Amino acid sequence: MPADLLTLFVAVPLVVAAVLVLMPFNRIGSVATLVATLLASIGGGIWLIVSTVDGSALGHAVGLWPAGISIPFVGDQFTALMITLTGILSVTCVAFAVASSHAHLRFFAPLVLVLAAGVNGALLTADLFNLFVFIEVMLLPSYGLLVLSAPGSAPLKRVSGSRLYVTANLLISTVFLAGVGVTYGVAGSVNLADLAGAARESTAVAIAVAVCLFALSMKAAVVPVHGWLARTYPAASPAVTALFSGLHTKVAIYAIYRIYAVVFEGMSEYLWVGVVMFSLTMAVGVLGAVGEGSTRSILAFHMVSQIGYILLGVALFGPIGLTAGIFYLLHHMIVKASLFLSTGAIEVRYGAGPLGTVHGIARAEPVIAAAFFVAAMSLAGLPPFSGFVAKLSLLRAAFDGGQVAAAVVALAVSIVTLMSMLKIWSGTFWGRPGRTPERPGDVTGEFDEIALRDAATILAVQPRRKISFGLAAPAVFLAALTVALGIGAQGLMALSEVAAGNLVDTSNYVQAVMGG
Amino acid sequence: MTLALIVGVLVAGGVYLVLQREMLRIVFGFILLSHAVNVLIFAAGGADRRNQPLGDDPDPLITADPLPQAFVLTAIVIALAITIYMLTLAIVGRKDDDTADRSDTARADHGAIEDPLDIDEIARAHGLAPEPAPRGEA
Repeated sequence: MPADLLTLFVAVPLVVAAVLVLMPFNRIGSVATLVATLLASIGGGIWLIVSTVDGSALGHAVGLWPAGISIPFVGDQFTALMITLTGILSVTCVAFAVASSHAHLRFFAPLVLVLAAGVNGALLTADLFNLFVFIEVMLLPSYGLLVLSAPGSAPLKRVSGSRLYVTANLLISTVFLAGVGVTYGVAGSVNLADLAGAARESTAVAIAVAVCLFALSMKAAVVPVHGWLARTYPAASPAVTALFSGLHTKVAIYAIYRIYAVVFEGMSEYLWVGVVMFSLTMAVGVLGAVGEGSTRSILAFHMVSQIGYILLGVALFGPIGLTAGIFYLLHHMIVKASLFLSTGAIEVRYGAGPLGTVHGIARAEPVIAAAFFVAAMSLAGLPPFSGFVAKLSLLRAAFDGGQVAAAVVALAVSIVTLMSMLKIWSGTFWGRPGRTPERPGDVTGEFDEIALRDAATILAVQPRRKISFGLAAPAVFLAALTVALGIGAQGLMALSEVAAGNLVDTSNYVQAVMGG
Repeated sequence: MTLALIVGVLVAGGVYLVLQREMLRIVFGFILLSHAVNVLIFAAGGADRRNQPLGDDPDPLITADPLPQAFVLTAIVIALAITIYMLTLAIVGRKDDDTADRSDTARADHGAIEDPLDIDEIARAHGLAPEPAPRGEA
């Protein structure tokens, strides 16, 4: 892939978004354009994977300014994998949004496109200030997507969830920007190639960049700053929650991997901080999940717990640890989105509520139940799904690195993860199909219908399916992907190894920034 | 030193306001915090040892560093956009501001007409309307 094309990953979605806003609104046309653009981004991502599979890195200086002054765009294997996977997730979530009639809103397509442009930009840029800008480009459409809903149907909690989301993210951005400023003050540059290894030479630079890492960890929802995620994600619509889970925190994790590898060159002195924080994140996240009472808040807390696992990879810095961490990151993006989409499909058709309100889904909707089951088992780390490979390699890295305590925490957390997944399973999927009113005597219209039908067909005729193929397909597709990655893990593992190799030895990356 | 003091005062005021109740004060707090960071970036450019870029052939070593100024300019634009969005969030919905005090909420409720945005939700909460019908039967 010619390096000059890297800018197109950002430019094309931005321009298409602008055109969509200016054109008269056409429901089918705008969704078709959105999907086509995202597919083009995936295609570009795959092309980038193929061209960097030998461990090389492509660099381009935007506007052909000399290196050091220009905005550098750099793509290596890690970037390519992330671009491809975020693209796949975006398309899947858009498919779900179309099926749940969320995508026909006027500004849905442009907002998702700007989000995609921001994600691609944040993954490609090799400049701290530019990273800040692209994170903001990601955030602004997200604020819109969070409250986006048909007029007159916005639940109140969506607005209050949005307040918390905006406030938390603005605080994070402000701290990150301060970190960038301080870094510029002590190092005289915010270009990652200029900063390569700078933290090893100067403690001042290490502290300054640590402020940036601190902000990124907050954005990744590392304990103790995880509350905002657990409280805002359940407030959005299912399609948007799934989209955010795959993109936002993961971009922050990517940046943590990249910055620690390049600026700190994986210095072992500070790794213990990571091991402690991320083990704590695993444990606190999963305990939060056990205590929650509704499907989506359980899943949101699981996300916090899994982020601990993913970041443990960077705390076990080394070829094995990083490979395991990158594989875990990719696996997690798929599985989490699948879980949010399968439970989202149930929520769209049967309504939301505390666990136990809707039950008997396993009999009523076997397809969705199967997709949920596969993804849940994969999240818990059971073979033959991708979660098993991810956890096994992470544990091996932890034992190799002598972090036995972290490995024990990871194992214990897996069991609790399984337990809270069973809670969702027994609450939502088992039992007689139907919906229990939230308060006794408060009989909803829907319940009446189901009760009458059940009464009419006492011999339990198969209930009518409510979840259409289109609504189930995204979750099923991602669940199938996790099975495929579990059985054929070797392929993705090899790619993750190349990506990890670029982080251990950053010379290719740095050269691409400077020579680009 | 002046810049450092300004940053300190702005951060102190910003943190104080962010910790207050009600969305509007939080928004003001963030305005102060973003100003503080802008001044910080400005100071990072070495404002104390550099002068105005005046004259025929200014020496780049002692004239003002343009890069932090570009950073600040970008940051100001972004902060402005987010501030406007936050102000919108502060006025949308009346009963649901969980940053507000109970007494504040009660005052806001007094004689207020509910937002058209959440009228269905209110109706549901009072049992006047059924649960949201599952959209688009398959």
